[in-house]
Formats: sequence, C-alpha cells, structure tokens
Amino acid sequence: MATNNAVVEKSDLAQLATDVLSKALQAGASDAEVVISEGDEFSTLVRLGQVETLKESGSRALGLHVYFGQRSATTSTSDFSAEGVERLVHGAVELARVTSEDPFAGLPDASEFGSAPGDQGLYFDDVYSLPVEERIAMARRAEEAALSVDTRMQNSDGASFDVATGLKVLANSRGFVGEYRRSYCGFSVAPIAQDGNGMQRDWWYTNARTLKNLESPEEVGREAARRTLRRLGARRVPTQRATVVFSPEIARSIMGNVLAAADGDAIYRSASFFNGMLEKEVAGSNITIIDDGTLMLPGGVGGFGTTPFDGEGLPTRRKAIVERGVLKNYLLNTYTARKLNMHSTGNASRGLAGAAGIGAGNFYLEPGTLTPEQLIGEVQSGLYVTETMGFGVNLVTGDYSQGASGLWIENGELAYPVEEITIAGNLKEMYRNISGIANDLVFRSAGACPTIRVEGMMIAGA
Amino acid sequence: MPPRYYIYMTAPTAHGDNFQTPDHKRYFYEKLGVTDRLIERCLGEALAAGGDYADLYVEAVTSTSIGVDESLVKTASQGVSVGCGVRVLSGERTGYAYTDDLSPERLLRAAHTAALIASGPNKQSVAGFQETKTPSLYPVTGASVDAETAAKLELVMRADRTARAFDSRIIQVRATYADELRRILVVGSDGVYASDTQPLARLNVFVIAKEGDNVARGTSGGGGRLTLENFQSGEKTPERFAREAARQAVLQLGAVAAPAGEMEVVLGPGWPGVLLHEAVGHGLEADFNRKKTSAFAGLIGQKVASSKVTVVDNGRMENRRGSLNVDDEGNATQETVLIENGILKGYLSDKLSARLMGIANTGSGRRESYRHIPMPRMTNTYMLSGEDAPEDIIRSVKRGLYAVNFGGGQVDITNGKFVFSASEAYLIEDGKVTAPVKGATLVGNGPEALKYVSMVGNDLALDEGIGTCGKDGQSVPVGVGMPTIKLDKMTVGGTGQ
Repeated sequence: MATNNAVVEKSDLAQLATDVLSKALQAGASDAEVVISEGDEFSTLVRLGQVETLKESGSRALGLHVYFGQRSATTSTSDFSAEGVERLVHGAVELARVTSEDPFAGLPDASEFGSAPGDQGLYFDDVYSLPVEERIAMARRAEEAALSVDTRMQNSDGASFDVATGLKVLANSRGFVGEYRRSYCGFSVAPIAQDGNGMQRDWWYTNARTLKNLESPEEVGREAARRTLRRLGARRVPTQRATVVFSPEIARSIMGNVLAAADGDAIYRSASFFNGMLEKEVAGSNITIIDDGTLMLPGGVGGFGTTPFDGEGLPTRRKAIVERGVLKNYLLNTYTARKLNMHSTGNASRGLAGAAGIGAGNFYLEPGTLTPEQLIGEVQSGLYVTETMGFGVNLVTGDYSQGASGLWIENGELAYPVEEITIAGNLKEMYRNISGIANDLVFRSAGACPTIRVEGMMIAGA
Repeated sequence: MPPRYYIYMTAPTAHGDNFQTPDHKRYFYEKLGVTDRLIERCLGEALAAGGDYADLYVEAVTSTSIGVDESLVKTASQGVSVGCGVRVLSGERTGYAYTDDLSPERLLRAAHTAALIASGPNKQSVAGFQETKTPSLYPVTGASVDAETAAKLELVMRADRTARAFDSRIIQVRATYADELRRILVVGSDGVYASDTQPLARLNVFVIAKEGDNVARGTSGGGGRLTLENFQSGEKTPERFAREAARQAVLQLGAVAAPAGEMEVVLGPGWPGVLLHEAVGHGLEADFNRKKTSAFAGLIGQKVASSKVTVVDNGRMENRRGSLNVDDEGNATQETVLIENGILKGYLSDKLSARLMGIANTGSGRRESYRHIPMPRMTNTYMLSGEDAPEDIIRSVKRGLYAVNFGGGQVDITNGKFVFSASEAYLIEDGKVTAPVKGATLVGNGPEALKYVSMVGNDLALDEGIGTCGKDGQSVPVGVGMPTIKLDKMTVGGTGQ
C-alpha cells in the first residue's frame, strides 16, 4: 500500500492557486493568500441488514484573502471557470475597500514559512481499494455483531461506513506554496436496546487513515452493544455533591476546553478564564497537556490532527499548553500573536471564507499509571459519566453545567445506570480537583484523553 | 460522529443581489444552462437501474458577511456555491450523488452514480412536470451586493457605538451582519417541479463586560427571511440588539450561582421555545418513528402533555427564519399540529417517510445543501397562547427559576432525555423575580416534561430569528416560539443548593 504525502510535483490546483494570486496582485492587492480544497466522499448506511443509503461524490472550492496594506477581505467560490475566478478576485478587491486599516493584519513574515519535515503518513490510497460491496459488508457485520449479543438488542439506528480523501493547497504572495493530501476511513454502529423500562441507544466506532488500522467489525459491534445494554434501566439520583469519573470520550471534551480557553483570540479579548494566566498555575501539578501538530501514530501513520503546515503556511509543531499545572503556551496564529506581542505557535486554521482562525493539532492529556478500574475502585459513591449533552460551557467565566448520563459508582464498582441529571462546577476548579488520571490514552481522533476523576462536582437530579 | 440532534444560537453565516422576478426558475435556465431536456435526461438516467423515484435538486447560494470588531471593520467576505444533488429511491433505499459542475456530462455521471442503489430494469418513467403553487412569504428583491456593502457596514457600526455607550464596563464589542440568497430548483420523476428564492439575513452582537476581575459575556441578535431594510429601522435595529447584548453581560457580572435540583420553572416567551424543539419536535420527525427509534414512536393519540399544551410546526409564516415557500423536495410547506390539548396528533414527514408509513406528506423535507440527502425537519415550532397573565404565573411560584434566554439545547431521540442551557435566568422567591443567576442547564424527559405544564401565558412570541438546528450533521435555519409557561417541576443544573 503506497503512502506518500510529499507532493513532488506541483499539482494543477497549486498552479491554479498561483494564477489566482497573480490576478489579485494585478488587481492592486499588496498581498494575497489562496486556499483550495478538493475532496471525495463515500458513505453508506446499513440498517437492520439492509442498505439504506449510498452516497458518493466529490467537490472543490477556492478561497481568496486579499490585503490592501492593512485592509483585507475574503471571497470564496465553487466555480473554477475563468469567469468564476474573475468574479472572485473582483469581489475581494471591492470588499477590501470598505474594511478598516488594522495595524495587526497581514501575512506572516516570509522567514516563518515552512513545513514539518518528513513523510507524515497522511495519505493511504488503500482507503478506496475496498469494493463498495465489501464496505457495505463491513457495516453489516458490525451491526450484526451488535444485534446478536443479546435478545434485548432489537433495533438499530444503523451502521455506516465512510471514506474520504482530500487535497488542500495553500499559496500566498510572499512565496509560500504547499499542499497535502489526506485519507480517512471508518465505520460506526448505533444499536438500540429495549426492555420493559424503555429504549436506549449508544454507539461505537473505529476510524483510521488506512484500512489496515481499522478494528474488526465484530469488535466494534460488540463494544457498541456493551455500551448500549449498560444504559438499560437508567434512573435518576438525588441532588448531591460527589466525585465524578469521566470516560475518555468525555474527558477529551473537558480537556478540549483547556485548548479553547488558551485560544489567542479569546485571550486578547479577555474572553477566556485563562486570560493573564501564562506561566501561572491553572491546574493541579498532575496535569500536562500537549498540542502536537506533527504527531505520528504507530505504524508510520499521521495523527488525525497532523498536518505539515498550518493555515498560514507555518510549520506545525509540538508544545506543552499546560505543564505540571502551569499554563505554558497560548494557541496563536499570526494575528493574535501580534496582538499579544508574541510569536505564532503554528496553530492557524484556515477555512475557505474569512480570516485565519485558531485550532489545535493533536492534543492529549499525559496519562497516569492507574487503570480505569483502579480509578473507579477508589470511589465510595460517585458518578461515572459516559455522555454529556448541552451548551452549558462558558469559557469566559469557566462555568460548566451539562446534562449527563452514565453509571453510578458504589463501593468502587459500577452499580447501575443513571440519566436525566446534570453535572456542574467551574472549569478553573475542576482542573485543580483532578484526583486521578488513568493510563488508557488512545488516539481515536485529533484529541485524546485518558479516564480522569474530578472531586466535588454538583450533581442535580431528582 | 455520534447521532446528534440539537439547536443553538447561530454564529453568523450567510446575501443579496439584484434578481427581481418572482419567476424563481428563470435563473437556472438563463444563468446556469439548465434545460428541460437536460432535466429529463438526468432523471431518465437516474431511473435507468430500476429506481422507484428520482429527483434533482439544483442550488445556487451567494452569501456575504461583514463584521466590526474592536471598532474596526476587520472582516468582509462573500461566497458563491453552485451544485446539484441527484437522489434515487428504491424501496427503503436511497442513492445520492452530487456535483458542483453543472455540465451535462457531470450531471449525467452523478445521476448514473445515484442510480446504482437500485438493480434491475428501468420500470418508472418521468412524469410530465407540474409546477408546485407556492406563496410569497418573503421578498426576493434587493439592491446589488456592492451597493449594499456600505449600508451593511453602517448597521454593524451602529451596533458597536450603541453597545459601547451602554455601559463603561463593556470592553469588547463584535457585531456581524450576514446574509445569503439561496435559489433552488427541485424536479422529481413524479412530476413535482418547484423553484424558490430564499433570502436569509441576521445581525449578531457579542460583547464582553469587565469589572475588576469579574468578566461576563452577552450575545444578542435577530433576523429572518428579510432584507437589509428590515434592520435599518423598526424592531430589528442594531441599537436594540446591541443594548440587549450589553444588558445581559452587565447583568451577568452580578449573577449568583444557579440552584441545583428539582423545582418549579417558569420559562419566558420567545426563544425559550427551544424546550419544544428538543422535548417534542425532534422526537416527532417521521424518520425516527418509521424506524421506531424515537421515544414518541407509537404514541399518536396518547396524552404526552398537559391539556393546556398545543404545539404546531408552521413553515408558512411571513419572513420567519424557519419559513419556506416550498420544501427541499418541491412540496408546499404547511401548518402541522403536533400536539393538540396535550394529545399527540402527528409527525413531520418527507416524501420517503410519508410513502413508507402511509401518512400525509407535511412538506417537511429539508436539506442543508445540494450535498445532502433531505430528511424530515422542523420549520417554526411553537406553543399556542393560553389564558394566564405572565405576572400571575410568576406570582404563583414560591421558590423556583425564571429562565428567559437560552444558549441552545440537545436531545437523545431514543430515550427522550433532553437538555437546554439557560444563559439568562433569575430566582423566583415568594412570587417575585429576585437575583440573576449564572447559566445552568435544564434537563427533562420529552414524553413526560410537558405534562407538568400547569400555566400557559397569553403572550406567545416567536424568537428573534437566531436558531439553527442540527441533525445528522446537517444544519438548517429554524424558528421556535412559546408564551410564558410554568412547569411544576424540572431539574435545574446549577452549583448552588
């Protein structure tokens, strides 16, 4: 299976990007940046053994950011014809006239451009080698495995198999031209269990950049069934203050808020509870959080958030965001770095429209030494959270209040399922009250986190 | 991604130009090279492998956005997206393919790809086209993009000035005006032929207030299927939204911890209708009920709410964000009663679910774009007014929560559990609204929660035009509404006692 993301020859799209740059400069722009994305997607959904949907297509789009000194504007289009490009450039030039001079706006200095070295293992052409019938068969096997675990597994939201590949091109008038291709494949299953108390749904999945790294449909199906069945008969618990253990999936979102709070855009606006906290203690000394845009997974495969360069053409890199409880770095792009009189951390993200934003590469909480069972085993009475719902996270104040479901812990054991409750606290305190970190760090997406245990959260229920 | 169903306050997305005729389809024929012959060929190709039904969905969207941030116009953008999706149905199966290139070769190739969902000889022919009669719920006019930019700029600058003047503690202001013009042409092999031009605009204000070490945020905004003029004066002015965002932020500076536990809850009118969207709306979408994966499956005709509760979904309201002259399958939208005096009446259906379930099509087939398969979705979902005066409702509460603004909500369709997150709420003590509290998530069970509605106000209001609904990865604009209501018990997820 060939793997190669080092693009040797400039593609037609990179050529198009440089042509658009020239047109923008001819139209009077002092600087310009072009991003082109092209992608193919395939997805199928199998439900109760039957194919329900089959979707296959490709699309592409082009985004232009023009600067007239320190004024700027952006345009995007899916129309790559000469007329479409003409309209794109003209539109951007017209729009830039109305924007303000922003002393911090502008492309990065040419000396900062670059790409992380070596083959990052982002593209594997085997993702498209599997015939459609076999993709359907994988999804069907996963669902079948889930539904055959137990007679209470009676229905399903279906199993899907997805494949996607994409090419991203970035070019700017200060000399940067880069491109990379990425592949993705994965499948998931969402079975439904039913007993006298009602219905419950849960799900499980596997995904990878190459078919070789997918788990077996049977493993995924059985895990989905286990997660679904353990929810049956869920009840509410009384309102109380208690210890809360977060499963890796939910711990990842709690720790993802560290990255969001360290976002340079929120920092310069005073819109983050991490504002002014650089080099200060923001968490317990057991907390170290790394952001690494160059992360390699075993087998020479790039992480889900790995890219050679960021949304502005700066090389991605590895850095600690929090090291032993101390906030060490903000996540910065060129604009926010200038606002804060700092240097970009290579965390610019770039969609088609608008100015560069900020995004993490691959982030993770460094694991501890206890097993998840040991972490739970030390809890007399508390909550193990497997799902949260809602929009109750306030990154300005750190206030946290979310709907939750999971399992109640009694004498160190998972005792019974609970639902229709909320958990609440403040992230500033939650990060200091992490009394245990397990050793189960697994990368299933760009962010990863082991099981964690947080003391003293408020649970609202019956 | 796990299946997720939710609603949230929209970050600005979205536009206008100078196409001025109500003959919505003309654009596709004159500007994009669509012909009747090409449509027929594509539908024929789509049915060539034996599908029961096929449709084409051609879409052209132009969007613009302009924002003021730190009193500077930092961003201005515009975008164009054109494409066509081809769908083929064969029994319960759906084949789908799309292209962003409308050349005959690419369209026929997409049709060929979608056709492969079926296998067999061609059995359906393409019926003669019958144009769907549609109302005109919103304007399709507007000046040219370039000429409007200055006027949009003025709107966001007005918001910036007003928010800053509101209180010296306001330290950050961001205001964005975003709009789009979406043109659609839908043609089905069953003869359905429809076109529409759908404007969508919104104005958003986001502020930060700071006093000592205490920092708080406030957001406000509004919009709908409107044009620029609707924001320049009247009810949706930048001044009103700016003051509202600033008021909320300053208020939050002094907020105390929200209570935790089960208590009486009063929800204010308008956007708190998010409750309905989550508690019942998603659970009544026909696809979940056809598959029997919804907690509401099989409950038609049964009591799912207090007899004071009547809930409708209405796609036919003028200028509303969730309104549509025609759905994304070419069917006219309508007003559908979901719950009448507490009894579950009906589901929201699209073509596929109506056919497979043998129920009427409620014109609820919607999709995010040409890249997406349509499915049953809400439009504007609201509870009808009752007879109680809002003051009496508050006065009846001994100790409880009065929640008037929400960030968004989410639901688990299968077990019916839902949440919605309050961003502005107060304690009610001895019948009086007292201290503002911090944000808190409220949690409940869909088929049960509305049984605890004991009072319904006479003050129905629709939201300001800010909602976006997410389902299976597809986002569509929606509206919600509600009068003031009282729930005798609901769980409030604060940190206080």
